[in-house]
Amino acid sequence: MPDPNRPKSVYFFGTCLIDLFYPEAGLAGMDLLRREGLRVVFPDRQTCCGQPARNNGHQDEARAVARLQLDSFPGDWPIVVPSGSCAGMMKTHYPELFEGTPDHARAVAFSARVFELTQFLVEVLQVRLEDKGRPVTITWHGSCHSMREMGVVDQPKALLRQLANVTLVENPREMECCGFGGAFAVRQAEISAAMVTDKVISIEETGAAQVISGDCGCLMNITGAAEKAGKRFTGRHIAEFLLERCHGR
Amino acid sequence: MAADARISNFGAKAHIALNDPKLRANFRRAMDGLMSKRAAQFADPDEWTALRARGAAIRARALAQLPELLERLEANCTANGIQVHWAETTQEANAVVLGILQAAGAKRVIKGKSMVTEEMHLNAHLEGNGIEAVESDLGEYIIQLAGEAPSHIVMPCIHKNKAEIAELFADKIAGLAYTENVDELTAAARAALRGRFADADAGISGVNFAVAETGTLVLIENEGNGRLSTTLPPLHIAVTGIEKVLEKLADVAPLLSLLPRSATGQPVTTYVNMISSPRKPGEKDGPRAVHLVLLDSGRSRVYGDVELSDTLRCIRCAACMNHCPVYTRVGGHTYTFTYPGPIGKILTPQLEGLDCAGDQPHASTLCRACADVCPVEIPIPDLLVRLRTEAVKPSAAAAVKGGGSGKSRAESLGWAGWTLMYGHPLAYRLATWGMALVGNWLPASAPMLKQWTSVRTKPKFAARTLHQLAREKGYGHE
Amino acid sequence: MSETPRARILARLRAAPRRPAPERPHWEPPAFGAGAKAKFRAMMEASHADVHEVTRADWPDRLRTILANKGVERVLYAPATLAGAQLASAWGDGNSPRLMAYDRPVEEMKEVLVHQVQAAVTMARGGIAQTGSLVLWPTADEPRLMSLLPPIHVALVEESAIGDSLAVTMAAQGWAAGMPTNAVLISGPSKTADIEQTLAYGVHGPKELIVLVISDEAK
Repeated sequence: MPDPNRPKSVYFFGTCLIDLFYPEAGLAGMDLLRREGLRVVFPDRQTCCGQPARNNGHQDEARAVARLQLDSFPGDWPIVVPSGSCAGMMKTHYPELFEGTPDHARAVAFSARVFELTQFLVEVLQVRLEDKGRPVTITWHGSCHSMREMGVVDQPKALLRQLANVTLVENPREMECCGFGGAFAVRQAEISAAMVTDKVISIEETGAAQVISGDCGCLMNITGAAEKAGKRFTGRHIAEFLLERCHGR
Repeated sequence: MAADARISNFGAKAHIALNDPKLRANFRRAMDGLMSKRAAQFADPDEWTALRARGAAIRARALAQLPELLERLEANCTANGIQVHWAETTQEANAVVLGILQAAGAKRVIKGKSMVTEEMHLNAHLEGNGIEAVESDLGEYIIQLAGEAPSHIVMPCIHKNKAEIAELFADKIAGLAYTENVDELTAAARAALRGRFADADAGISGVNFAVAETGTLVLIENEGNGRLSTTLPPLHIAVTGIEKVLEKLADVAPLLSLLPRSATGQPVTTYVNMISSPRKPGEKDGPRAVHLVLLDSGRSRVYGDVELSDTLRCIRCAACMNHCPVYTRVGGHTYTFTYPGPIGKILTPQLEGLDCAGDQPHASTLCRACADVCPVEIPIPDLLVRLRTEAVKPSAAAAVKGGGSGKSRAESLGWAGWTLMYGHPLAYRLATWGMALVGNWLPASAPMLKQWTSVRTKPKFAARTLHQLAREKGYGHE
Repeated sequence: MSETPRARILARLRAAPRRPAPERPHWEPPAFGAGAKAKFRAMMEASHADVHEVTRADWPDRLRTILANKGVERVLYAPATLAGAQLASAWGDGNSPRLMAYDRPVEEMKEVLVHQVQAAVTMARGGIAQTGSLVLWPTADEPRLMSLLPPIHVALVEESAIGDSLAVTMAAQGWAAGMPTNAVLISGPSKTADIEQTLAYGVHGPKELIVLVISDEAK
């Protein structure tokens, strides 16, 4: 029974990291939405949510870039984001970023339309996935912002658990930050290195062949460290992984 | 204004800590234990939500009425016979305490655990004036023997393992044979300190909560040294920051349900000591004189900014540092100043200045683990970002000492360039197209990339950007 | 004139922007109903306290047996309290154990307190089930150090005075109307976990806490 509240069209906010390093994950995200019958639009003018500037204390710069995003998603549609970190920035911090400016009302309205991808798939679309892939053991890495700013903890795992041939192993240190933190990886490089090393070890100890994540910052961090350390497991963004399983690749 | 000339050097100190496997193991084990104990206490999410909302409101209420409540506290304490003193700086507070001790002819002081007196470097000041101050809390006693500063605000010697403590005791306690048996070590400390309580001319303590309604000082502890220090000596001096005041006695109940469970995963501390006056006529024990010293030391400036004054809600439970992935790896001494961990990263720069501790707000990935467990809902990550902002662009009201000290020409230029690229669609598409073409030629040793590649492979630029691919796949149009 | 530290501190605080004082949101501590005593006992025992259910008539004899079994020879008591009077009447001038009165200021009692008595008996104003805590309300007749210096502390609490929680007990007993010189909640023998987070008992306060829960029924 079609849900009258179910949107017919959505915007997709790709994120700047996906744009440059993981475009396939962005495409997979849009494909997943399109195959549910939605019209998916990727506004060409979008760039970055502005989080790097905000987090480094440069609010004017963050605001300037955020304003471009407010301009680029004019319609009333949901804005689906394949990153809990960027979604969190736009959902929880845009209103305060524009407080006291003429764009405040716009920012509030914009932030109300923001969804993290798995959140949207589970809560709004209630997708059902059919697993056509071969058996594989995976573990999940939930990004800190996804879990703690967007409240996205179980939704991705709920999607992964739908896949019959996928064994999801829990990582006891799942809640621990992987150490990326944007500029932190450079400013406190040694601490960041210690954190990602511990995270990689904890993933290896799960015995999983792949670590799946909803955030490419974390993914880049973890897989980069795993690769350098010669670890056997690889990493994948959840959108790519889900699409692959649906197509039996 | 600051008593000391120390500067935070987080990276350098972290380097030392990260390369100390024993220290890392000690902290990892300790924090894991404290996290799981706390989780067991707060297994009911609804109870946690309601309780911390109550705790946050109680603290926010008290802060909203701070000047009035401090006056009420003073009036009620005074009516009860407690003498109240005010100090703007730690130097002033040290002078006040010294003055009280000298007036009483006190030469030996026994101390209960107090982070505020650490902030004041009180022990050193007293020693310098010929007054011996012995720490009676076991953890503080241990680090006093070792000549170290506390590395955690609740468990001061958490960075030491049993063997290290055994060696310390065998070395410093006369007549004690080497033992790693915890009961024997504890008994040795008890014996060594027993006589000190009885001989002391004065006891000095901190205060967990100061209740304005009744003029009551609430001190919580497990060992009994706090009660002994504040009951046996003829003089008791309590020191507190001005932010610790509560409006009502009833407010103690929810906070008491939050603090021990958050700190060590205990339902309650062994002793909750509520002091309202010195020994009254007819009473047979207790100090003849009780003094309360109210210390400002930068707190009134923190109070001046409504957003930042949330920092002052802190009830010093240490849950934030127990859950902090950064603290766990580097330990408390990396933070240089009195308060480590997430609370330290927001409090220290405000008390000492961003010019002295500007690197601390940046020593965080903003993972929010601290905010999740703070029993009084301090939005620590948001305050970290606020402080990062004050460091490069101070607010009009100059809310934070040392604001603007983090501004650098290079960084400003960098962000201006970033804004040009990310704030303009055409510039962005041009730049990303260029990066897709040549980005992978960047050597791993390039600045910034060098830190990344020390433990990771280089990020790989995709051949085509998502912008390009999206257009091709028909996602580009409304 | 803003001359004193006090005046300057208060002036700075008052110069700050006013902010709203939020209402206290609803919060209720747990209630245990008829299970309060059992909860109290369980929490106390989890903290290594010994809990005995006694009657008003038999507790002095029960206590004598308990302490004799521990080899206690001298017990500190407060003669001018109800419990003290009952104890003196039941034990008389006997020697096992011998009663010593805390009836002079501490300055005259140091030898007794520090070197002679092995246990002290006090009353408790009440108990708290949620946390397994005793409410001690020392007075001129029952001084503070009784529950602190001797290695064994014996506390008597009426079953009917065991409240569900601190909040409820504070309100029911009207604490805010007048606090004593020193009130203390005691939730077990003294302990520490400072050495590698390993629990050790009897650090500075009493090593043992014995709680006698008094009811009128025979058990």
